[in-house]
Amino acid sequence: MNLSRRGFFKAAGAAFATSMAFELSSKSETLAVEPSADWKLVNTEEYTNICCYCSGGCGVICSTRDGELVNIEGDPDHPINEGGLCPKGATMFQLRNVVDPETREIIKNTNRKTRPMVRRPGASEWEDITWDDAVAEIAQWVKKTRDETFETMHDGITVNRCHGIASLGGSQQNSEEEYLINKMMRSLGVIAIDNQARV
Amino acid sequence: MTNHYCDMQNADVIMTIGSNNVENHPVSSKWVQKALDRGATWIVVDPRYTRSAEMADIYCPIRSGTDIAFYGGLFNYIIEHDLWQHEYVLNYTNASYLLDEQYSFDVNEGIFSGFNEETATYDNHSWHYQVESTKTWDTSEGGAYAWAAAPGVPEFTPPTVEVPKRDMTLQDPMCVFQQMKKHYSRYDLDTVSSVCGMDKDLLEKVYATYASTGAPDKSGTILYALGQTQHTYGAQNCRSMGILQLLLGNVGVAGGGVNALRGEPNVQGATDMGMLVANQPGYLNWPTEYGTPSLRKWCEKETYSDGYYTNKPKFVVSALKEWFGDAATVDNDYGYDWWPKVPKSPDYSIIGSFELMSQGVIKGYFNWGMNPCHSAPNASNVRKAMANLDWLVVADWVETESACFWKAPDMNPADIDTTVYFLPAALIYEKPGIILNSGRWLQWRYQAVEPWDEAKPDYEICDVLWTAIVDLYKKEGGVAPEPIVNTKWDYYVDGKIDPRPVAWALNGYVYDGTECDTTSAAPKTELLSSFANLKADGSTACGMWIYTGFWANNDAPLDPAEQAVGSRVADDPTGLGLHPKWSFAWPLNRRIIYNRASADMQGKPWNPDRVLVEWTGEKWVQNDVGDFVAVSNGTPVPPNDKAFMMLWEQNARLESYGMGDGPLPEHYEPFESPSDNQMNGRQNSPCVRFAEFESVKRGDRSEFPIAVTTYSVTEHWQTGGQTRTCPALNEAMPQQFVEMSLELAEEKGIKNGEKVRVRNNRGEVEVMALVTPRFKPFTVNGETVHQVGMTHHFGWAGEYATGDIVNDLPPNVGDPNCWVPEYKAFLVDIEKI
Repeated sequence: MNLSRRGFFKAAGAAFATSMAFELSSKSETLAVEPSADWKLVNTEEYTNICCYCSGGCGVICSTRDGELVNIEGDPDHPINEGGLCPKGATMFQLRNVVDPETREIIKNTNRKTRPMVRRPGASEWEDITWDDAVAEIAQWVKKTRDETFETMHDGITVNRCHGIASLGGSQQNSEEEYLINKMMRSLGVIAIDNQARV
Repeated sequence: MTNHYCDMQNADVIMTIGSNNVENHPVSSKWVQKALDRGATWIVVDPRYTRSAEMADIYCPIRSGTDIAFYGGLFNYIIEHDLWQHEYVLNYTNASYLLDEQYSFDVNEGIFSGFNEETATYDNHSWHYQVESTKTWDTSEGGAYAWAAAPGVPEFTPPTVEVPKRDMTLQDPMCVFQQMKKHYSRYDLDTVSSVCGMDKDLLEKVYATYASTGAPDKSGTILYALGQTQHTYGAQNCRSMGILQLLLGNVGVAGGGVNALRGEPNVQGATDMGMLVANQPGYLNWPTEYGTPSLRKWCEKETYSDGYYTNKPKFVVSALKEWFGDAATVDNDYGYDWWPKVPKSPDYSIIGSFELMSQGVIKGYFNWGMNPCHSAPNASNVRKAMANLDWLVVADWVETESACFWKAPDMNPADIDTTVYFLPAALIYEKPGIILNSGRWLQWRYQAVEPWDEAKPDYEICDVLWTAIVDLYKKEGGVAPEPIVNTKWDYYVDGKIDPRPVAWALNGYVYDGTECDTTSAAPKTELLSSFANLKADGSTACGMWIYTGFWANNDAPLDPAEQAVGSRVADDPTGLGLHPKWSFAWPLNRRIIYNRASADMQGKPWNPDRVLVEWTGEKWVQNDVGDFVAVSNGTPVPPNDKAFMMLWEQNARLESYGMGDGPLPEHYEPFESPSDNQMNGRQNSPCVRFAEFESVKRGDRSEFPIAVTTYSVTEHWQTGGQTRTCPALNEAMPQQFVEMSLELAEEKGIKNGEKVRVRNNRGEVEVMALVTPRFKPFTVNGETVHQVGMTHHFGWAGEYATGDIVNDLPPNVGDPNCWVPEYKAFLVDIEKI
């Protein structure tokens, strides 16, 4: 794999690494990682990835140190964005980590939910649930609804379809995941399969 | 996209319409800028003076929802001024084909021949071609279609080729060209400028500028987005762009094409995957109860009589073999009966599914990174519908409005019995996998860090759910367990679910030579390099025929870096930005589809500086992977007129019998419109979907006189689930607004920054007024029409930036071809609070 960095500063000169993105990174306290004596990307491992917003497919480089993400920037070798990123792409780092304005420490973004939760009928709050329990309960629900609403034959034609379950989404997932979601739902007999492509 | 991002630099004229690409696809503006640096002209057609308009050479305001009038006028202008690309149109399109004698359009009624008022649908019989002669397939040994009669291939009667009657002089009144000329003669500059609310001189300037790309050596490209598709005639808008580009010879050339700037990071992948009611992976149709109830019927109905789609049985059998593995045999139609059959009605797509929830038919719901309580039209109706669910499963990064719909301001949790599960999903850099951009590039994402806390990749979430469901059916039995227990689900490396064997499944492989479930460092694989190798006899398996070749290196099947998808060689030998060795573009690494049309009937490129393919007199030079039969049985095939081999005609369709709502685009007003239709006697598309739903609550302009479109800002993304969690983006764009003209603000006594209420029959929201000169009132049919624009990224969920749900306002009606809702033109009223 060729991960050569054709000059970090090429990124800074890219036509659309707009002033907006730079303004954000210099003005937002939540992005302002205090530079230590070393350059912030010293002793890091780099992994290439693709931006999670529009369909441009811009390349990004994720830098990690000790298994934790320390920086995301545009990939200067990528032929589409040549190192540039828009404001959204430039802040992808914050989906996981933000800088606490009080302590100046990198902390996990508190908006993100990283544990399974369940909301019971009539309840006004979430409850915690383990992965195992959540999966077991969901499997029971799927089976119950499928068995109650499954139609094997209609007017003498084999139709093998489940009317009672719907599945929505897929454009945020990777392609392998799309295949698995699709395969799972179709094999259950689900017809109501749709995703962001419809809207 | 027919083309791709880096190709925009090759255009002579760029038209952005129904898109604000500078703000919403910022990287595209870099490539537009490169074209401008080379002397290109950029036109922006948009209701609002966007940042794209600010950067463009020509800005042309247009009233939302009048695109077809605009295009129709352009067709008329091109034909009247003889600016169409003659050799291209005559040979590579169906311009010369004769239409059925019964074909007609009734201007007073606003309908084409074949309309049934009762069902609001068309019988398309009269939109077909007159037939010159017929031919049948040669399936005998040694014949071109011998494979269709080979052992293991499902039995089916091959289709008959109906050779269309043509008039190469284009004089016959029933030929497509003459019918188009007649149809669009009504779309003169005065009428179009009156419908669209445009200045006539400016309109003519736009037409002349864009039509200049009809010169054979010039290219024009169209960049569009949801401003074209989210209408009750959105598919006809797309048809219009296709027709325009064909008339000017702009399809298949570098710097040309019809280029959708798509609205989600992997929506290209999801569309390819057929994650839609009636689609299979790879643009095949999912089986229906009414059309294709058996594999035999599927092969007979779906297989084209000529062109590349004669191969469809190979694709569907390979897909079934990948799906059901050993259980799929020729004797059981490769498991075809286990696939669910879509009924004719009711509708199970997104809009229809909420009606079915309201009726108690749909009781369980999965949301995979999608947030319908916020993003679906008439979203308050969606929330009410979802309150009828027994259970809801949301897999996401944050607590979306859909996950906590029971906490919505208009909901009382005590009244809602839905059990809701939130499953935390890994971020994109917390897992590996493939994503596609709008240019059809498959790119690999490396995992950088472990998922935080208990979050899991979606592939793992799928696996734990599927495994638990299969176990239940194996243990307890249940209704029709066969489709479940016979599904092949063996995508494991060292006992762990892994995206790489799924990639093999998508790529396609020789069935007997491949073991997906592997514990070996050198797994046994026989991955295929081309879909030409797929067979209809069950010997090959392929989940997504169009991707074949992206992961075909059998020497390192577990290493993405050694596959085409992971290739990072950025060389650009032609200087056209093709970058043929960077990642992989489907199909077959073709960067510009329909590229045969970049050269004339002798195979000589229209523009010698933009050579994609060229016939030397002996063979084809292919700078891009040729989209035509270049070699047959080892012999080069000299140039012919088959430039569009994915259609059975192998010529592109100016007129299409395949559309549900008319063979030629015709202007109708939006479902809720501030004006009367000036083009024909019918106000709306005769085939608008879902208008009969009570929940639609159609508004009238006497009560709601202001036209509105929604739009996005560059700092936020869709429902804001991701971007509203990012403090930096909220600092840059902290709240939503309604943008209005100085004139409307004055009329309503509203000042910039004041809070206003925007309402219609479906809902009301309180937002900030943004008063700018970027919107101007339109003069339509002599009357003033006000239009406003609204951002839609905010909701009640989340810790940071919140706001009302703007998508409570758009109507839940759909396009007749693909049921896309109409977010981009509807009616509201606005009042100061």
